[in-house]
Amino acid sequence: MNVVLITIITLSALGALAAIILYFVAQKFKVFEDPRIDQVEEVLPAANCGGCGFPGCRAFAEALVKSDDITNLNCPVGGADTMQAAAKIVGKEVGTAAPMVAVVRCNGSCENRPRTNSYDGAENCTIAATLYGGETGCTYGCLGLGECVDACNFDAMYMNEKTGLPVVIEDNCVACGACVEACPKDIMQLRNIGPKSRRIFVSCVNEDKGGPAKKACSVACIGCGKCEKVCAFDAIVIKNNLAYIDYEKCKLCRKCVTVCPTNAIHEINFPVRKPKPPVEKKLVGKVEEGTVKTPTPKPATELKAESPKPAAKVEKAETSVKKDRVVEKKDDSTPEKKDKPESK
Amino acid sequence: MLKTFSLGGIHPEENKFSAGKKIEVLPIPTQVSVPIAQHIGAPSTPVVERGDSVKVGQIIAKSSGFVSANIHSPVSGKVFKIDKVLDASGYKQMSIIIKVDGDEWEESIDRSTSLNREITLSAEEIVKKTGEAGIVGLGGATFPSHVKLSVPPGKTCDILILNGVECEPYLTSDHQLMMEKGEEILVGTQILMKALKVDKAIIGIENNKKDAIEHMTKLAEQYKGITIQALKVQYPQGGEKQLIDACIGREVPSGKLPIEVGAVVQNVGTTFAVYEAIQKNKPLFERVVTVTGKSVKNPGNFMTRVGTPVKDLIEAAGGIPENTGKVIGGGPMMGKALASADVPVTKGSSGILLMPDELSTRGKTESCIRCSKCVSVCPMGLLPYLLMTLSQKAIWERSEEERVMDCIECGSCSYTCPSNRPLLDYIRLSKGTVGQIMRSRNK
Repeated sequence: MNVVLITIITLSALGALAAIILYFVAQKFKVFEDPRIDQVEEVLPAANCGGCGFPGCRAFAEALVKSDDITNLNCPVGGADTMQAAAKIVGKEVGTAAPMVAVVRCNGSCENRPRTNSYDGAENCTIAATLYGGETGCTYGCLGLGECVDACNFDAMYMNEKTGLPVVIEDNCVACGACVEACPKDIMQLRNIGPKSRRIFVSCVNEDKGGPAKKACSVACIGCGKCEKVCAFDAIVIKNNLAYIDYEKCKLCRKCVTVCPTNAIHEINFPVRKPKPPVEKKLVGKVEEGTVKTPTPKPATELKAESPKPAAKVEKAETSVKKDRVVEKKDDSTPEKKDKPESK
Repeated sequence: MLKTFSLGGIHPEENKFSAGKKIEVLPIPTQVSVPIAQHIGAPSTPVVERGDSVKVGQIIAKSSGFVSANIHSPVSGKVFKIDKVLDASGYKQMSIIIKVDGDEWEESIDRSTSLNREITLSAEEIVKKTGEAGIVGLGGATFPSHVKLSVPPGKTCDILILNGVECEPYLTSDHQLMMEKGEEILVGTQILMKALKVDKAIIGIENNKKDAIEHMTKLAEQYKGITIQALKVQYPQGGEKQLIDACIGREVPSGKLPIEVGAVVQNVGTTFAVYEAIQKNKPLFERVVTVTGKSVKNPGNFMTRVGTPVKDLIEAAGGIPENTGKVIGGGPMMGKALASADVPVTKGSSGILLMPDELSTRGKTESCIRCSKCVSVCPMGLLPYLLMTLSQKAIWERSEEERVMDCIECGSCSYTCPSNRPLLDYIRLSKGTVGQIMRSRNK
C-alpha cells in the first residue's frame, strides 16, 4: 500500500514540476501567429499552384496578412471574389487584376509545318530542346511532347493528337502560369482574357527572317510589318522578325488579322465575319469603331483555333469550343478541321 | 594483365571498319560555313566582313575571353555572308560563310612535310601560340587547349598523359593519325611537355590497336621521357578521369579537374595540331574525320577542312546507304544524331557514322526491373537509376548530393539498360538544372 502511495505522489510531483517548466518555456518561446492567417487560408482555393508567386496558399495568406500594401497581390485561381473575401478579413484594399488566360503561341500543326526529321528520345520537352531544334525546320515552335499538359494541375490543357499541339480549355484555365514555366520554348503566354473573352494574339514565336520562317511553317510570322503599320493604337511591335501584340494597348479592332499574309494572328471568340459589310456592322457593333470600316477582303472560312475537345470533356468544355473561331484562308483549312461540322 | 580503369565500363562491339584506311585528303568544297562557336566557352567574335577576301589560315574570328578560341579560315575565297546557319544540333548558329576561290595559303604557314624536331620556343610562347592557333581538344569535348596548358598558380603538374585510346566503337581517326603521323605526335608531345615543364609523358593506347602500340613504342625509343602504355579495351577509357586512373592509378576527386592530381590529358589529335601550330605555324582549320557504318561502301578517314558540309564527306565514302536510319556526328556512344546532312564539320567532329535503321532506333521504354546493371557499369560510381528518378521528380538537392555533376555522359548506363530506359537523357536534364542552381548560388 505504502509503495503504491509513494509511487503516485512521486509521479504526480514529477508531472506537476514538468508542467510548470513546460509552461514557462512555452511562455518564453511563444511564437505569435496572427489568427487571420488561418482565416485567410480558409478562403483561398488551397490549390497550392504557385500562380500567385508564393510557394503555396499558406505563404500567400501570410503575405496578405503581413504586407501593408496588397494591391499587387492576386490569386489567379480564386479571382476577384476570393481576393475580396480575403481583403475583408485583413481589412485592406485589393487591386483589381484583370483576369488572364494561357494561350498557345504556335500553330505549327503537321499540315502547316512539315517534318524534316524525327525524334525518338525521352518524352520530355526540356530534354528534347537541349538536344536539338525540333522535328521541323522551325527551331522555335512547339515540340509537341506535352510538358505543359503535364505541368497543368487544373485539367485545363490537353494535346490535340491530330495537330500535335497543346490546347487550352479556357473555362478550366486559372492562369497560374505553370505551363508558361514548363515550356522550354516560351510558347505559352498569359494574356488578358479581354472583354467577352475576345482576344487577338500572334500565334507564332519564330524569330527567323521571312523566307526561312515561311519555308519552315506556312503560318509563321514573317515579320513583314503590315500589322504594325495598320495598327492605329501602337499595340504591335516587330522585334527580331516577330510581331508582338501588347494586349494592354490592343483595342481588338482586328485590322491586323485582316492584313496578315500568313494568318499568324489569331482572333479568339469573335463572331464570324460575313462577306457582306452591313451584316458585319451589326455583328461587331459593340467592338471598336475601326473594325466596322474594315472590309473583309475575301470570304473567309470559319475555323476553330483551338481544335476540338476529346470526347471525355463534357458540355462545359463544349461551350468554349463554340466561341473559338479564327478566320483563315481556305487553302490553309485542314482535312481534320473540315470534318468537324461548324459549331452550332 | 593489362591496365584499365577500376570502376564500371562496358565493351561494345568494336566495328572499326575504317581501321588501316589511309588518311585521304577530302577535296575542298565550293562553300564552307564556319560556326563561331566550335568550342566550350564564349563564342568567338568575327573579325571579317561580308565581301572580304580571306586566305587559308587567316584569322576570321577572335577569341572573346580566356575560355574561348580563335577561328581561322579553312579555305581561301570571299566571305559571302555572316548569318545564322543550321548547326549539328538543329539550332541556328552564327556562322561565317565563305565562297571558295582557289587554295591560297597564308605565307607564314610552312607547307612542307619535313619533320622539324627542334623546339625553339619557350614554355610561355608555346602556350600563347597554342591559343593563337585556335587549338581545342580534338577528342570531342573541344575544350580550348591553352587553358589546359596554363597550370593554375598553386597547382603542380608532374605528368602528361596522351589519349590515344579511341574507346568509341567505329572511330579510327586517332588510330590512323598515330600510324601515319607518329613522329609528329611525339614531337608534339615534347612541345607539350616543355610547355607544362614536366619530364614524363604516357601515351595510353587500347590493345585493339596493336599495330599502333608497336609503331609508337618503336618511335618513342628516340624520345626521352615518353612511354607507351597498352590498355585493356574498355569503354569509356578515353574519359580524362578514367584514363588517368588507368595509366597512373590516381583518382581525380569529385568535382575537381585532373590538375588536382598533377596530370594533364591531351588527345593525340590535339597533340598533332599543336605540333603543326608550333613547328609549321599552321593554325587549326582541318582535322581527320572518320566516315563509317555497317553498310557504308567505302568507310575511311578523311583530312577535312572545318566548315565542309557533312554530305560531302558522306559522298566521299560512297553515299548514304539505303537503310540508313540515323547519321550521327561523333561516335555511337556519345555522338549526336544530326538533324540534317547539310551541317558543317567543326573542330570537334571526330567521325560521321551512318547507322542502319535497325541499330538506330530506341526500343520501347519499360519499367525499371532493379537489375542494377547501370550501377555496375557506371565508370564514375554513380547510381543512374536513382538519378533518373530524381530528375523526373525534379528533386534537385538530392541529385546534387548524389553527385550528378560527376556524370561524364558516356552513355554506358543507357547502353546496358535491358528496359531501354532513357537514363542519360534525364541525367543530362538534371545536370543542366543542378548546374544552373549551383552557379546562381555562387553568384
